[in-house]
Amino acid sequence: MIFNKNLKNVLLVIFTTLLLSACSTAKKTGTASDDAYTGKETVEYLAAGVPDRVFFATNKSSLTTASRATLRKQATYLRKNKKLNVTIEGHADERGTREYNLALGERRANAARDYLMTYGISGKRISVISYGKEKPVNAASTPLAWSQNRRSVTVKVN
Amino acid sequence: MKKLLLIILLNCFLFNISYALIEVDITRGNLDPLPIAVSPLHVDIKSENYNDIKVKELGENISEIIENNFKATGLFNPLKKEAFVQKPDITHLKPRFEDWRLIKAQALVSGKLLIKDGKLKVEFRLWDLAAAKEMTALAFTTTPSNWRRVAHIISDKIYERLTGEEGYFDTRIIYVAESGPKSQRVKKLAIMDQDGAKTKYLTLGNELVLTPRFNPTNQMVTYMSYFRNMPRVYLLDIETGTQEVVGNFPGMTFAPRFSPDGKKIVMSFAKDGNSDIFTMNLETRVVERITNHSSIDTSPSFSPDGKFIAFNSDRSGLQQIYVMRSDGSGVKRITFGNGIYGTPVWSPRGDLIAFTKMRKGKFYIGVMRTDGTGERLLTENFYQEAPSWSPNGRVIVFYRETKAGLKGEGFTAKLWSIDITGYNERQLKTETDASDPSWSSLLSK
Repeated sequence: MIFNKNLKNVLLVIFTTLLLSACSTAKKTGTASDDAYTGKETVEYLAAGVPDRVFFATNKSSLTTASRATLRKQATYLRKNKKLNVTIEGHADERGTREYNLALGERRANAARDYLMTYGISGKRISVISYGKEKPVNAASTPLAWSQNRRSVTVKVN
Repeated sequence: MKKLLLIILLNCFLFNISYALIEVDITRGNLDPLPIAVSPLHVDIKSENYNDIKVKELGENISEIIENNFKATGLFNPLKKEAFVQKPDITHLKPRFEDWRLIKAQALVSGKLLIKDGKLKVEFRLWDLAAAKEMTALAFTTTPSNWRRVAHIISDKIYERLTGEEGYFDTRIIYVAESGPKSQRVKKLAIMDQDGAKTKYLTLGNELVLTPRFNPTNQMVTYMSYFRNMPRVYLLDIETGTQEVVGNFPGMTFAPRFSPDGKKIVMSFAKDGNSDIFTMNLETRVVERITNHSSIDTSPSFSPDGKFIAFNSDRSGLQQIYVMRSDGSGVKRITFGNGIYGTPVWSPRGDLIAFTKMRKGKFYIGVMRTDGTGERLLTENFYQEAPSWSPNGRVIVFYRETKAGLKGEGFTAKLWSIDITGYNERQLKTETDASDPSWSSLLSK
């Protein structure tokens, strides 16, 4: 078991290294796995300069560099507003099966939550809910709409 | 020599009695549907309220439902009534076979009904016109308000006699009725007869509801609801309307389905972003964890013998279909084709798994053997998923969504069915847009 865990860690390190090196080379070619939305359309703000949402690549729940920057801004904002609680809504695009998308939305919302927690926000202040493909922000059936719909949105609850 | 003759004679005799000359082969797509004449049922003039138009037309209406059922199978070609050559009452007593053969009918359905003491008495006969023989006959009594079901039960009996397979007409489909713009859909649970009649809405649309599924042994339903913004699996009794949350899970439960004996619900539970498969025994309330993996495990479906569960997992990277024993042991991946796979649903016959396949921007509904071999894609479209089997395992119902325009316009969701031969794809009539269909067992079983 311990061996397994160590092995897992080693693999994780190797994997991360590979991923990082892949990122540095893949940037220019633009593969299907880095189709996360980077624009500002559809984005709302929790406060000035604090975007409410982050975007994901197709079938992915890993946070992009831009997503992490957004979430750090959210963490700073939440640290300043200690009484504020939030719900993170996880969403998927319409190009998957309904049930898998529910799970994927859950995973995305939790990825955002976990990141906020590593920046010192208590998990008790953050609830998550997945809507899968049920609540698209852009109703079009286009790659742009799908990229805007693959998102997690931080919503104030009080 | 004498003995041989006797055997031949005996064979002929048996042949006429136990087999019909006409037989419908349902294992292939049928490009030459069997011409069948469905005579209106004769309404006995001694019937109560005979002068009521509803009673007078009952025989006609029942025969129409039978015709529509037959037409929908793609296996039969119900002939136009204008060509019919004999009155319903005389037909039912003794058809003039040669006259019916003249209009190219090969099979004939006749019947009569009587309403007496508040009961509906119906009998029907199925005739083999080529052999000039009665193939089957049945009489039964029910309440008059059940007249649609009478038509479906007659359809089932005839289908069974002609194909050798169980019918699927006396069944219902539960689904999600959809309305409103794409980004603000209102969703309600709805139920209808398999032919689209008698639609009933079971929820008001105040909260999002998804993925209703029938208990294969009774008229209970499990589904997912966002009631009070807590996405959970529910159990609903569609006769009484009572419902309850399934289990006491501290997070989202989804993708529910009954075990074949109807005693358990298998579903996904998401904790800290990870979805695993659990079962809950509805009698003992005991919850069991079935999978324990850091990947998404969802869309579980029991084999009809209850020994295995097919499910959807991305443990190898993208969505694939896996099969395991129902205690979670012996997990085996069964899909290795190009593309990704979801929504495995075990056929009630046990021999096939229906699935959704996604490849190069297209969605397919297909079937494969339970070890993943023999993949056959039945239909390709922009978006379709969620197959559900007819109780006899011959037909699959699923939903299909259209590509929306830049403002979401032109978006529709509809129910479709297709024969597992890949033939006879057709849209099901629903009052509203519809998704997530689930086919019930035979009601009269």
